[in-house]
Parts: sequence; structure tokens; C-alpha cells
Amino acid sequence: MLPGHSGNSAISIEELAVRFGDPLNRITALEDITFEVPKGSLITLVGPSGCGKSTLLRAIANLVDADQGKITVFGRTPEQARLARDFAFVFQESTLLPWRTALENVLLPLEVGRRQDNIEKHAEPAELLELVGLSGREGALPHELSGGMQQRVSIARALVCRPRVLLMDEPFGALDEITRDKLNEELLRIWKDTGTTIVFVTHSIPEAAYLGQKCLVLSRHPGRVLEFMDIEFSSPRKPAIRDTLDFVQVTGCLRTLLAEAGRV
Amino acid sequence: MAGQEQAIADYIAEQRLRVWRNRLPSIGTAIALLLLWHLVVTVFGIPTYIAPSPVQVAMVFVEKGDVLWINFLPTLFEAMAGFILGNSVAVLLAIWFVHSRFAERAFYPIAVFVNTIPIIAIAPILVLILGNGYAPKIVIASLICFFPTLVNMVRGLKAVSPQMFELMQVLSASNREILWKIRVQSSLPFLFAALKIASTTCVIGAIVGEWIGSNYGLGSLIIEATYNFRSPMLYATVILGASMAVAGFVLTTLAERRFVKWKTGSVH
Repeated sequence: MLPGHSGNSAISIEELAVRFGDPLNRITALEDITFEVPKGSLITLVGPSGCGKSTLLRAIANLVDADQGKITVFGRTPEQARLARDFAFVFQESTLLPWRTALENVLLPLEVGRRQDNIEKHAEPAELLELVGLSGREGALPHELSGGMQQRVSIARALVCRPRVLLMDEPFGALDEITRDKLNEELLRIWKDTGTTIVFVTHSIPEAAYLGQKCLVLSRHPGRVLEFMDIEFSSPRKPAIRDTLDFVQVTGCLRTLLAEAGRV
Repeated sequence: MAGQEQAIADYIAEQRLRVWRNRLPSIGTAIALLLLWHLVVTVFGIPTYIAPSPVQVAMVFVEKGDVLWINFLPTLFEAMAGFILGNSVAVLLAIWFVHSRFAERAFYPIAVFVNTIPIIAIAPILVLILGNGYAPKIVIASLICFFPTLVNMVRGLKAVSPQMFELMQVLSASNREILWKIRVQSSLPFLFAALKIASTTCVIGAIVGEWIGSNYGLGSLIIEATYNFRSPMLYATVILGASMAVAGFVLTTLAERRFVKWKTGSVH
């Protein structure tokens, strides 16, 4: 085990601060962020808009540099983790290459970066498309697929290198509610099947409550951890729990926290 | 079942008919204009050296076909060589520009400046420097292709969404991989928009090059026919030059359909 790596956490963040802008005009996006994501868990991240939840995800993904504090992903720095393909990122837009078929898009991660390492441990692309419910559409170009299907392809692409962590930045934010509910179901199934740790940013309170084992609530200006609450529903979660009193209580609690976060 | 097959056959026949029906207005208008031209020339007794009738022009293709052909080939060669040279340099320069801000800052203004000099003014200079062979014509044809392709290609190579770059960053892709996997492909619609322009302007470049002290090619034939009041020959030459440009345009469009099969956003 690497030093400073507590055995049970996939991601651990200590006193993280991220600032933007030049020295004359400094903006603190995140400050004093400390939390741990247990291995194999699914945590959701909510906060008022502009609170830095995307920035936090990007800092874990080595897309944004930390100004203070420490981030470790399975004991590695974000850069080392990126090079080792420990994590994969799913964006709000599907970011598919429009000239490639669904299958070819899933193959992209195997064609770039450190190729040799990836080929050994990669998953079977056709099986991944089946996993996300797209078997039979392997040869379709992105513009021939609906928004929901495009996002399924991008999830399959993220899974192709068998990442240990899946970082998702409002992946279903641009989809209609019916498609979103359906993809939430499927994400839970994929999470169970693959055992991947998932960090899921969303602005939908019901989504955060339905998916997350834990939910991290951020306040804004600057972004700080307001609450890191456990969400305890019986497992496996079924859509019907959305209509239970427990669920309404959890969403109510999150809503109160968010209202508070918006005032801070 | 038979009824269904019949229905499909009827549908296909109807579609074919529709294609022809859509072409009919343009074909009809062209024929009508030729007739009108012929009518005006004969009814008003306009002398041949001012405006020949379409029949006289057509006769040139029959009687002087060999002369036209001999002069067509060098112009075709110059236009094609210019097209390839100008566009290749533009594409390579564009690739350099998107990878080096210094190169873009240093050379883009010069490229803009060169583009603002009228091609007709550069032509004599190039003839003085490069002599009277194919070289100055090819360079003029390539100069005229160069700028639109450079501008479009730079735009095309940069037309990659920030999220796509982030994706490639997460995948630890190198600059070269980003160029070949993403940038080149996404620039194709922009490139073809420019190539379509270049496919017609390269012919103009070759012809303008031949205007200055040349004794072969469609350009020199235009000058010669004009000074000798051989209007039917002049018209025939112009039609041949235009046909060359149209053929280039059609070929480029076919290539675009072959290489760009995906739907694109706004490309101007």
C-alpha cells in the first residue's frame, strides 16, 4: 500500500483549495474541502449553481490544479491516477466523435494515451454496449442516436478501460425526465455489475437522493462542505422508493440544506 | 405480396420522375436562354465579331476542336498543380498555426497582406522572377487557392469543443493524437468548403497567368481571339474554361460526400 493511503477510501481529499484568476483578481472557487469516498461507493455531489461542484470533480480528474491541500485517488496523485487510467470522466454533453460509429467511439480510449497498458486490461467494447442497452446499434453514427443513447455510448466509452473510479459531471442534466429516470436505473445496475466507485455531480435533488449512498452538499462563494450525509434506503433501490415517505424526507432535508447553502 | 412489390416499384419510378421534374426548370431555362440569344443575334443582324450566335460557337468546337484541346491541357495542368500546391501549403501552415501561437502571430498578418494584393498585379512580377514556363502560372493558381483554405482550415482545426479537449486530456492523449484523431477530422467540413471555392478559382489563376506573355493555354487563346476579333473562338474558350471549373467543383463535392458522412453544425 502506498503511504498516506487509508485502505478503505477510493478518493481522499484533505483541505483542498482551488483558486482562479490572475494575482490582481483572485477568485476562490473551493476552500477547506475535506472528505473521503469509500471504495465501491456511489456518492452524489449537489450544491447551488456556481458552488464549484464541477471544479471539485475536475480537480480530482487532474483537469484543474489544486492550490492547496491534497487529493489522492487510490493513493496516487490525480496526475498519476490519470496516467494509470484509474478514473474515467463522463461529461454533461456526450462528447462523441460525430464521424465515428458507437462502437468506434467506445474504442477511442484504447487508441490514445499509453496504449500498451490499456489493451491488456480493457473490457470488450461490444459487451459494454450491451451493458448500456445498445446492442444492435454498434454501427450507428451519433447523429442517428437520441440524446439518451448518445450518453449511454459515452458511459460505455468511460468503462472501456475498466476504471476504478467513474467521475460524472451532470451526465443526465440535458435529458428529459423519463429518459433520466431510466438512465438512473441503469446506472445503479452498471454500478452493481462493475463495482466501480462513482462520484456523480447533479443539480437534481431527487437524482442525488435516489442514486447516492452518500450525498455531499456544497455551499458557495467559496465552495465548502456543508454536509456529507448518508442516505440509507434499502438495497437494491427500486423506482418505487421515490414515492415513499423516507424518500420525501431525504429530499426535503437536502432541499433545506441547499436553501441554506444558497444564502451562505 | 405482389401488390406490395408493385407499390414499391411504382414508388421508385415516381421518385425518379420527381428527380427529373426537379431538374426540368433549370434545363428548360438554359435552352430558352440559348434560343433567345440565337434569336436576338439573327433578328437584329448583330455582326459576329460583336456577338456570335450559339450555333457559330458550337461550330468552333467541331472545326477547331484540336486547337481548343491543345490549349486546354496546359491550363488544366496548371490549375490542378496550383490547386494541389496552394491547398497543401495552406493546410500545413494551418496545422502549424494551431500548434504555435508564435507562428500564427508572425505569419498570419503576412498571409492577409499577400491576399490583399490583386492577383493581376502579382502576375507580371512572378513572370519576371520565374520566367515564362509553367511555374508562374502554377504559382498564381496556387496563390489564389491559398488564402481561403488557410483561413477555413485554421477555423476547422480549432472547431473542437472544450469538453472534447478535456476528454482527450483525461485520456492523456498527446498533441499528435489530438491532431489526427480529432482536429483533422473535425476540420474536414471546413476544408471542403474552402476546396470548393479553390476548385473554381484555381482555373481563374491559371488563365490570368497565361494572359501575360504566354503563347499556350486557354488564357493566351482568350487574348489572341480578342485581339483578332475571333469572337466565336473567344466564347468557346470561355465556355471551356468555365466547364473546367464546374468539373472541378463537382469532383470536390463528390469527394466531400465520400469523406464527410456525418452531420455537421454550422460551417460557412
